[in-house]
Amino acid sequence: MYTKEKMTQLEEKVNEFETKTKATLSKHPERHETFFTGSGDEINRLYSPVDIQDVDYMNDIGLPGQFPYTRGVQPTMYRGRLWTMRMYAGFATAEESNQRYKFLVEQGSSGLSVAFDLPTQIGYDSDHPLSEGEVGKVGVAIDSLADMEVLFDGIPLDKVSTSMTINAPASVLLAMYIAVAEKQGVSSDKLRGTIQNDILKEYIARGTYIFPTEPSMRLITNIFEYCSKDVPLWNTISISGYHIREAGSTAAQEVGFTLADGIAYVDAAIAAGLDVDTFAPRLSFFFNAHNDLLEEVAKYRAARRLWAKIMKERFGAKSSKSMALKFHTQTGGSTLTAQQPENNIVRVAIQTLAAVLGGTQSLHTNSKDEALALPTEDSVRVALRTQQIVGYESGVTNTIDPLAGSYYIEAKTNQIEEDAMAYIKKIDDLGGAPKAIDKGYIQQEIMDAAYNYQKEVETGERIVVGMNKFQIEEEAPKGLLRVDPAVGERQKQKIVDLKAKREQAKVDETLVALKAACEGTENVMPFILDAVRAYATLGEICGVMREVFGEYQQSVIL
Amino acid sequence: MDRPIRVLVAKPGLDGHDRGAKVIARALRDAGMEVIYTGLRQTPEQIVNAAIQEDVDCVAISILSGAHNTLLPKVVALLKQENAEDILVVGGGVIPDEDIPFLKESGISEVFTPGTPTEVTINYIREHVK
Repeated sequence: MYTKEKMTQLEEKVNEFETKTKATLSKHPERHETFFTGSGDEINRLYSPVDIQDVDYMNDIGLPGQFPYTRGVQPTMYRGRLWTMRMYAGFATAEESNQRYKFLVEQGSSGLSVAFDLPTQIGYDSDHPLSEGEVGKVGVAIDSLADMEVLFDGIPLDKVSTSMTINAPASVLLAMYIAVAEKQGVSSDKLRGTIQNDILKEYIARGTYIFPTEPSMRLITNIFEYCSKDVPLWNTISISGYHIREAGSTAAQEVGFTLADGIAYVDAAIAAGLDVDTFAPRLSFFFNAHNDLLEEVAKYRAARRLWAKIMKERFGAKSSKSMALKFHTQTGGSTLTAQQPENNIVRVAIQTLAAVLGGTQSLHTNSKDEALALPTEDSVRVALRTQQIVGYESGVTNTIDPLAGSYYIEAKTNQIEEDAMAYIKKIDDLGGAPKAIDKGYIQQEIMDAAYNYQKEVETGERIVVGMNKFQIEEEAPKGLLRVDPAVGERQKQKIVDLKAKREQAKVDETLVALKAACEGTENVMPFILDAVRAYATLGEICGVMREVFGEYQQSVIL
Repeated sequence: MDRPIRVLVAKPGLDGHDRGAKVIARALRDAGMEVIYTGLRQTPEQIVNAAIQEDVDCVAISILSGAHNTLLPKVVALLKQENAEDILVVGGGVIPDEDIPFLKESGISEVFTPGTPTEVTINYIREHVK
C-alpha cells in the first residue's frame, strides 16, 4: 500500500506526533499513565499504517469465505442470513423445558440450545445420592429416552437445529436425540445440531468430566467416525473457549488454549485412522464475548486466521471446509453484576455487537438476572430482543467484516494471533493439551489471570459500574426464577415407573453388549444407541462405562 | 491466636465453577492464612471429614449450582454431630438474598454474594473464628 519511502516519512510523522503529545502531558495528563485492554494488554495512544505495515492483504486478511477466513467463513455473511439466535435454556423437568423451547421458537429463536442439569452432565440418574439437591437446577434432568421424548414433544427435529451442552456423556445424549428422531420418522442424516463433546476444557475449567483422558478421547473419535457416516450434518464437537474465559483467562489465552485443544482432537482422530477432511468440516468452536468490544472483534478474527493456517499447514487439510472456523458465541456470564442488574442489558448489547462484528455463526445472549439465578421468561425476552435489534436495526449486518482495515483492529488481530500461537507452542513443548492439563500448566495460567483481575477490581484499578463504582443502595431483587424443589422427587418417581414398564431382559442384554464393546476397540456408538432404545437409563449406561474406563482424578491447582 | 488461621475451602455438589473458590483460597493464603482446597464434587461428609482431619478453624463453602439449601445445612449438621460446631462455616456463590435467612438459621455464619471484595471475607473470618 505504501512505498518504503512513504512509510518512513509516515513513521517520522507519527513519532513526531507522539513526542509532541507527550510534551503536553505534564499540563494535560491523560486519564491513566498506561491504558490496558479488557485482558490487560497495553494499548497504544494511536494506531496507524505503521503498525500494520507487514500485513499482506491477500495472505493475511483476504476475502470472506476464502482462506485464511479472517473476514468471515461465508462469502455473504449476514447479507445472506443473520446468525442463528440460539438461547441456552433448560430447567426442572422435560415437561417444563419443552414449554420454554416452544416459547422461544414462538418469540423468533432460530435454534434450540439444551441446558442439562448437573447429574445428567456427570452421568448420574436423578435418584443417585450425589444428585441430591441438584436435579433440574441448572438445566433439565434427563434420565432416559422417555424424558428426551417429552423434551422434544411437538418440535419437529427435521426442522430445528439443536445444540446440546453435553460433554462426558455426549455419546449417550446424541443417541437419545437420534432415537427420538426415529420415533418422529426423521432419519439421522437429516438431523442438524451440535453436541459440545469437548472434554479437555472440562478438565481445564468447567468440571463436568467423568472418564480419564484416554477413554474420553476415544469416545470423541468414535462420535466423529459414527457421525461422518450416519449423522453427516451434525457438528460433532464444539471446542470451547467460553469456559476458559469465564474461569478468568485473557482473550489471547482463550484462543491459544482452545485451538490447542482443537489440535489434540484432530491428532486423536488422525491417530484413530480417520482422514482429516472427513471429520474436520464438522468441528465447530465456541467463544466468549466480553466487554472490550474491539479486542473481542480482533480475537474472533485472529482465531479464524490461526485455525485456517493450522489446518492447512500442520494437518494438510485439503477441503476448505476443514479450514473455516465456525463458531458459536455466548456473552460473558462473569461480566454480569448482581448489583443494579438492569445494567447487564447494556453489557450484553455491547457483547452482542462484538460477536456480530466478529462474524459469529450463532449467539446466545445472557439475561440480566443471571448473576442472581436462572433467567425468567421476561428477562430472556429482552436478551433475545437485544440480538434482534443488533440484527435488524443497527445496520452493522449490511456489509461484511466492517471493522477490517482499522489500523487498531488489524494490529490487535495480529497480536492476539501471535500471543495465542506462543501458547500453542508452549503446549506443544509440553506434549500437547492433554499433557499440559495433567501438568496443570493451563489451569495455572488461567488462575493467575483470574487472580490479577480480581485484585484490579478490588484496588479500583478496574472499574465495574455499579459494583466498585457508582453504587447505590438497592433492595433485594424480586421475582427471580425458582426451580420447584419437588422436581427431584418427580424425577425419581419417573425412574421407578420406567423401570417397572420397560423390558428388563432387553436392557441387560444391551448393557452387556456395551460393556464388551467398551472393553474392545470397536466404535461404541451403535451399542449405546441399542441401550438407549431399550430405555436403559443414562446412569446405567454411564455406570457400565465407569466400570470399564474408571474415573478422572482432578489435580487440584491453586 | 498463636498459629495462623486454618481454612478449608470446599466445593460441595456437582458444579465445576471453581473460579470463585480458587480466587478466595489464594486471597486467604495471601492474607496469611493456611488454606486447604478440597477440589470439586465433595459430599458434605467428605467436607466434614477433611475439616476435622485438617483441624481447621473455618470451612468456606463455594457453591453456584443452586443446591445450597440442601447441601450447606448438611455440612453444619454433620459438624455438630462430630462435636465440631466450633468450626466457623461461611458460604459464597450465586445465592439469592431470600435464601440467606434460612441458611443463617441453619448455622451458616455468613453468606457472601457475587461482587463481595475478598477483603470483606478475609476480615469476617479473622473476626469470627473462635
